[in-house]
Amino acid sequence: MNAIVGTALKLGDDIDTDAIIPARYLTSMDTSSLTEHVMENFDPTFKMRLRENRIIVAGRNFGCGSSREHAPLVLKAAGVQAIVAENFARIFFRNSINIGLFAVEAPNASSSFNEGDGVRIDIDHLEVRNLTRGICISIKEFSEPVLSILKAGGLVRYLKAKGEW
Amino acid sequence: MTLSEKILARASSRSSVSPGEIVTCDIDLLMLHEITGPLAVQVFEEMGFKKVWRSEKVAVIFDHNIPPSDVNSAQQMKFMRSFVQKQGIERFYDVGRGGIAHQILVQEGVAKPSSIVVGADSHTCTAGAVGAFAVGVGSTEAAAILGTGKMWFKVPSTVRIKVVGEVKEPITSKDIILEVIGRIGASGALYKAVEFSGEAVSKMSIGTRMTLTNMAVEMGAKTGLIEPDEVTRKHFQSLNEHIEVLTSDKDASYEQTQRFNSFEIEPKIAAPSAVDNVMDVKDVEGERIDQAFLGSCTNGRMEDLRIATRILEGRRIHSRVRLLVNPASMKIYKQAVQEGLIEKLVNSGAAVCCPTCGPCLGMSQGVLAADEVCISTSNRNFVGRMGERSSKVYLASPATVAASALAGEITDPRRFWN
Repeated sequence: MNAIVGTALKLGDDIDTDAIIPARYLTSMDTSSLTEHVMENFDPTFKMRLRENRIIVAGRNFGCGSSREHAPLVLKAAGVQAIVAENFARIFFRNSINIGLFAVEAPNASSSFNEGDGVRIDIDHLEVRNLTRGICISIKEFSEPVLSILKAGGLVRYLKAKGEW
Repeated sequence: MTLSEKILARASSRSSVSPGEIVTCDIDLLMLHEITGPLAVQVFEEMGFKKVWRSEKVAVIFDHNIPPSDVNSAQQMKFMRSFVQKQGIERFYDVGRGGIAHQILVQEGVAKPSSIVVGADSHTCTAGAVGAFAVGVGSTEAAAILGTGKMWFKVPSTVRIKVVGEVKEPITSKDIILEVIGRIGASGALYKAVEFSGEAVSKMSIGTRMTLTNMAVEMGAKTGLIEPDEVTRKHFQSLNEHIEVLTSDKDASYEQTQRFNSFEIEPKIAAPSAVDNVMDVKDVEGERIDQAFLGSCTNGRMEDLRIATRILEGRRIHSRVRLLVNPASMKIYKQAVQEGLIEKLVNSGAAVCCPTCGPCLGMSQGVLAADEVCISTSNRNFVGRMGERSSKVYLASPATVAASALAGEITDPRRFWN
């Protein structure tokens, strides 16, 4: 699997799904139309920052709160390449993997990156690198079926190929 | 094995499981609502499935934005009604026929002890109050279950929360769970199962227990659950529902045990904008409020309406404050009418609306304007949760919300308790 390379968009701890996409927009069944509201409660400049840097690097408990899959969907649709965080809320993590968005747990991610630093995520070699500061963080192996779902590009493709669990 | 491990072992047809193992389980019940449901159905079709695996194991409950407040919302319900009809799903609760999903699953005996309950909503863990292993998932996961009836789980380690002593009103299980979350933290139980036990818990009704398990997800937990006991048996007996009961082994291995003494717990509040930003109500007394909300899957039950009414009865809420009351289900609404609670609440100045999640997540029936402050019995106080991004939410018990509505500012309920 190819590595993901980009630059870091820094966010803090406990980024909740209401911050990512407020509930009032969830009545739309067209999730691609939601990108204009991405992170608007939390940081109105987010969309502008995302033009420069497309790999989110965050602290603890990323994606806590609601189970709304619209949260990772809207991040992905807005152009986020991957999310590196110290850990993820479990539903958000599963949702991200299921829609084929890389969610990677990396210890000390927050203190290892500044906004704009180069990021290289390498799932095969189990590492996340800060290309600007020369820091390398080892990451844990993905368990199955998480790795296979990710490699398939999400749960829809995984199940279609496999036919069952 | 702990209760969670036993349930997961049974559902994956294994003799035993241990934390960290990945198991594939048969799902006993899948719940969808009108917000996450349509996306699940779209993905279900995209996956190439035609028929749900077992229509009797699927529940569709409209609750987030009912009655629909706009065309989009009405379209979502129309879409789901058509799916329900096409698939022959009988457990369908439309507007005015059910209420908040997590309440319905327990109230109607749909979520059973020892079963695996999955819902496309994060507060599905509420059903752990009857000893189910109940977890929230996203729409794609729900779609896969609709098609296959199965889901993979990483067996969680279990954290045991022991609450000793007796809970004395106006302190309630909401104060206890806020105290627990304050100590454990918003990510302190990440990926874990949280098992509540102890003298205080065994004396609680099912409705009161649901407030505990409901908020397990607010400390990151995969689920929160309570071992079935006499109270649980009576609940299902009254519904004529047969149950099978699993319990934790005496020598079960817990990752940790945290003890709480209910005698030491003061009225608690989670200040903006994190659920673990917990303090004593007396520390923020006097903070001006614009709105008070009594309802949600956390605190919209009879126990909650009764204690709030006891404080509000014969008094008028502050002239500046709106008090919103949303009973958690139509059954509760009706019982509250029969007990005379609704009349007393209306006399105090409350706007009593139909069961919905609406106000809790800023969808409908009570959205906040810029800079407004709400004290709420719900479960989340994130930035902009209930409305405009500068609005603020304090989370507290029904008693504290009622007392604060009277005073127009955050108020210790003991000031109105005699």
